[in-house]
Order: sequence, then structure tokens, then C-alpha cells
Amino acid sequence: MKYSIFSLVRNALSHHERWPLAWRSPDPKREYDAVIIGGGGHGLATAYYLAREHGIGNVAVLEKGYLGGGNTGRNTTIVRSNYYLNANAHFYEFSLKLWERLSVDLNFNVMFSQRGVLNLAHSYADLESYSRRGNAMRLNGIDAELLDRDEVERMVPLLDCSAEARYPIMGGLLQPRGGTARHDAVAWGYARGADARGVDIIQQCEVTGLRRNGNRIVGVETSRGYIGAKKVGLAVAGHSGQVAAMAGLRLPIETHVLQALVSEPVKPVLDTVVTSGAVHFYVSQSDKGELVLGGDLDMYNSYGQRSNLPPVEHAVQSLVALFPSFGRLRMLRTWGGVMDMSMDGSPIIGKTPIDNLYINCGWCYGGFKATPAAGWCFAHTIAQDRPHALNEAFTLDRYAQGHTLDERGAGPFAWMH
Amino acid sequence: MMLIKCPHCGARAVTEFTYGGAAEIARPADPVGVSDAQWTDYVYMRDNPRGVHDEVWQHSAGCRRWIAVRRNTLTHDVIATADPGKLPHR
Repeated sequence: MKYSIFSLVRNALSHHERWPLAWRSPDPKREYDAVIIGGGGHGLATAYYLAREHGIGNVAVLEKGYLGGGNTGRNTTIVRSNYYLNANAHFYEFSLKLWERLSVDLNFNVMFSQRGVLNLAHSYADLESYSRRGNAMRLNGIDAELLDRDEVERMVPLLDCSAEARYPIMGGLLQPRGGTARHDAVAWGYARGADARGVDIIQQCEVTGLRRNGNRIVGVETSRGYIGAKKVGLAVAGHSGQVAAMAGLRLPIETHVLQALVSEPVKPVLDTVVTSGAVHFYVSQSDKGELVLGGDLDMYNSYGQRSNLPPVEHAVQSLVALFPSFGRLRMLRTWGGVMDMSMDGSPIIGKTPIDNLYINCGWCYGGFKATPAAGWCFAHTIAQDRPHALNEAFTLDRYAQGHTLDERGAGPFAWMH
Repeated sequence: MMLIKCPHCGARAVTEFTYGGAAEIARPADPVGVSDAQWTDYVYMRDNPRGVHDEVWQHSAGCRRWIAVRRNTLTHDVIATADPGKLPHR
């Protein structure tokens, strides 16, 4: 059923009790042309584009828990493409362009709001590096504006731009087309679109093993029995190492917990996304009115999908230092998600040493905004057995070849990116 | 708050420590003789276990010494600490 004003009116007349299910919950078939492991945004987007762009609809998406219950439902919903390196800039800008028409494409409102993403500069060195990054972005066709202190103050009046500020504001780099989206809706929209094109979405189905024959995967062992597969794609960020190990692969990835928290809801006070690289902090206001904030990793390997006090304290201290008027807000809840932190801070989408096994992992802090392009590129890689031009640089073997994409220049320390 | 028992100072909050990564990685003894694949393994590849993990930490806001920590990455239990290289065999 197409969602529209007419379907809304029709269902209002029946008290919204007759809406059809947005996707089926079928039992797994014996074999699929492609099995995608992981029913988050990336896995569902991959299945959707496999069906829509490549005509491969005999696809299953296997999800251990429920759709979008991992990092898709735990991120802080920010979408941007303000990258310096060409490969990242092209990829994330393509993603942003997909975001701009995603609600129409999916006939599902992902509530994409281009409210801008502002990086604060607290020193002349910050301004220098932002002007360099902004220029690189503009050369790659991405919108970027370097703001001075007064422009930042006009744009975000609650920010402490005074001379006495704990973190003095010298200016900022703004990407006006950046913003936020409704994270759950992205998983649901892709799930509905994929299901409509014949994809089987199978929840509560944990993959426990990969059955191999020579250098090929022939199927997956799951908690719901064996499922044959001509091709297998992994999209299980956070636990990529666990699933890759079933195929004997070791990855250039460490898993770290990243936390976020929200305040009690208040009336609209912050109409853009504000981030500070120096303070390691970012904040935006959700459509419900909550301030959504977060900062750094906990900085040690962790699979604990939960919150821990020191980073929460840091985030709240940063919030109050930058926005003194938020000091009286109470925090409503905190949570954590586990990130695939890759060794160069950039993602991996590509082939593996096993012929028909493909991998999408290593998203660090940036998996949510990548969802449409990651699905697009991963679907292309699986369908064509070769990467799309946009993910050619994101290979698994780039580490061995010395072609790492180290946006931050932090070296091979996963938690430093 | 995760507490780590520094072998020299006793139990302290995690905020006094700086993480140094997995303990088992060792720089190849013969840097010229090893293959590119072995270098890649050393520099980039990690076991990344979901469970018991041997790590190195520096007590950077304490005695500043490097220590070895055996920790569970899922429960955050600190199982054992020792001087570097001195953790008991598992």
C-alpha cells in the first residue's frame, strides 16, 4: 500500500485499526541468491538496492534481534558529508544526496531535516584546519561555509560566545545541508521497501556459523536452521569480528562502546547540530524536544551495550560549558552502542578473501549517515562482484597495501579515530 | 565506575588510566626479515574478543607505569593485573 493523504484519510475512518503490516515475517526458504546478515539500516538498505537496482529480489535479511535494534536505533541521527579526504567526501556526499530524496524514494517519512551541522572553532589553529577542510569540501562540490565568531553567535544565540567562555568561540565551519533524520524510520522504510520487492526479512534469527566448501560459502547455520546462500553479505557492525571469525577472517577492527544521552524535552531552543572537535562533544535537539548529546568513546575495547559514568559526565560538562543556560536541564536517559572502530577511521565495504563473501564494517562514528550509500555500494559490490566507484577505496586489503584512509591522521590506534 | 587495581598503587578509578590496546601484539623481532603480511598483522589486525582480553594500560594520573590488565570486554570485570608481560597464562 502506498502511504498518502488518501490512505491516511481512509484509515482514519476505520480508526487506524486496518493498516496492513509494513512487512511480512516469513519463514526462511531453503536457499537464497543472497543472504544479508544483519537487519540494521545498512543490511536492509543493501537488500532494498539489490532488489531495486540489480533485480535480485530472492534475498533474505537475517537479524539476531529486531530490526534496527542495534546501532541503527542507538545513534544520534546526525547526517553530514563534511569530509576532507576525496574518497570519504565523494562517498558521504553521494549518501547525503540519497538522503535528500529518501522519504520520496521509500514512500516513508524518514524526517530528514537539513538544519545544518556546525563545527565550532576554539582557536586560530581550529580555524585554519576548518578553512582547509571547508575548501577541500567545496572543491569536491560539497557545501561549506566558514563562519566568524559573530556569525556563530547570531546563528546559535544560546552558545557562550563571551570573552570569559570556558571554550572561547573563534568561528566555525558550517555545512548547511547537513542535519538529522529519524533513525528508526530509516530501518523501517528500507524494510518495507525491500519486503515489497520480495526480500524476506527474518528476525529473531541468529547466525551461528558459515558453511564452507573450498573457498566459497554455501550457506549459513542459524538459530532457525540452515539456509543456503549463493552470496553472503555481512553488515553487523559492532560484532563484525565475531561473524567474520566464522569464516576464519581476522579484521583490522576493535569494538568500542560509544554513549549518548538525552535531556528532558523542552521547547525549540537549538535549531542546528553543534559539534566541537576540541571539546569532543556534539548536541542537537530532537523533534520531541530532547537535547541529544554525546562525545567520545569510553576508550577501551568493549562489547557492553550500555552506559558508563565518566563519558556521560564529560558530555554534560561540555554541554554546560558551551551552553550555560542548559545547566538546569535534567538528563532523561543514557545508552551505549558498540562501534566497529577500524584502524584508519574509515569504513570497509568490499570483497573478502572468500569468493562469495562480502563485508560491510568498520563504520566508527559514522555509520548512520552512511546508510543509503553503504546500502547502494554494498548491493553493487555483491551483485556485480566488484566494488562501485564510490567504495573502491574502502577495500579490506588497503591496510596491507598501505592505502589507508586516515581522515584524522591518528595512526593505527582504533580508539583514536 | 570501572576500578583497575594498579600493582603499585592499588585499586583506582579508570579515569586515572590511559588505554594502550591489546597486550598480545608484539613488534616483529626481525623487522627486515618479516613479510608484508606479517607487518600488516602486527600493525592492523586484532583478535577483538567478546570476553576475556589482555591489555596494556598506563597509570597516567598515578605512578605513570605501564601495567598489564586482563579484563572482560563484555562485563567490564577486571580479572587480573600485573606488570607488563607478567599476567598468568590463561
